[in-house]
Amino acid sequence: MGSRGSEPAIGPAHENTLPASVTAAVKIVVVGGFGVGKTTLVGSVSEIRPLRTEETMTEASVGVDDVRGVEQKGATTVAMDFGRISINEELVLYLFGTPGQQRFWFLWTGLFEGALGAVVLVDTRRLEASFDVIGRLEDGGVPFIVAVNVFPDSPTHPLDEVRAALDLPAAVPIVACDARSRASSRDTLLALMRYLYWLSTRSAAPVAACAATE
Amino acid sequence: MRPPPVNDASSAWAQGGPERLYVITGGRSASGRRADLDLVTLVVTRAMARPEMQPEHAAILRMCDYPLSMAEITAYLRLPFSVVAVLVSDLLRDSFVEVRAAVRAGGTSDPELLKAVMYGLQRL
Repeated sequence: MGSRGSEPAIGPAHENTLPASVTAAVKIVVVGGFGVGKTTLVGSVSEIRPLRTEETMTEASVGVDDVRGVEQKGATTVAMDFGRISINEELVLYLFGTPGQQRFWFLWTGLFEGALGAVVLVDTRRLEASFDVIGRLEDGGVPFIVAVNVFPDSPTHPLDEVRAALDLPAAVPIVACDARSRASSRDTLLALMRYLYWLSTRSAAPVAACAATE
Repeated sequence: MRPPPVNDASSAWAQGGPERLYVITGGRSASGRRADLDLVTLVVTRAMARPEMQPEHAAILRMCDYPLSMAEITAYLRLPFSVVAVLVSDLLRDSFVEVRAAVRAGGTSDPELLKAVMYGLQRL
């Protein structure tokens, strides 16, 4: 630090730089309503303190569907928190926590198109907030799992009940998660990865698909 | 590109209001931006910043001596993604940076890639 002359250094602290050998990046999107714990989950597993990326939403992109709480005059700023996990010397994974409203998803080019998949983070106290998100991911062909963030004061619902309430397809995994816990958040991401791996190998071997369905 | 004014201290300017963003990009938006830049496109500096450069261009060159994602650049510069995309496109055009493309749709369902991510997560 401070080795670049008199200019104040804007950018990552030395310990937060990636090795020069990194050649590719992938991303996973964590989708959920406000206050559901997206940034907590991202922060639990990230090797850097979560950062914030912003996009301005002009009046042109405001419209069509109504979103309460979003200022509609002039430019509005929408933010996403994100974190990073180095996978190996060549590959790095980014995690983006994004609001559930579809209008935000188009602000960042390729947010979902280039993603490995998504984790829909759900609060059982506000389950209805997740219906639209799940429908939109299905419509967009984005593979996802559902993670129920267990809050201390959440009513405990068996996962089967939540699955039924959300009308999830049988193949879509649903897991319980404590977003504050690094191990639990990591296991949630691993559950998504196992599902994605199953999807990728299933399509390559269609005959075995029926037998593999649990 | 016209240089930013020197003595504009309005709060809108200081807080990244529309006027400041307009000046930083010289009023360009989609037209000055490469379509293939993604939040996780990695940017790496290939040539030193020049003294006459726009400060935002120079700042990007200084912070990308090691690979850095577009998302991280926007966070450190506190500028919207669309503005940073225009700035990085300028630097790409003049060969000051190179980009390492994000793994895009199609490539993201490669079982070998997915396995690598799984192994990496298991080590956390």
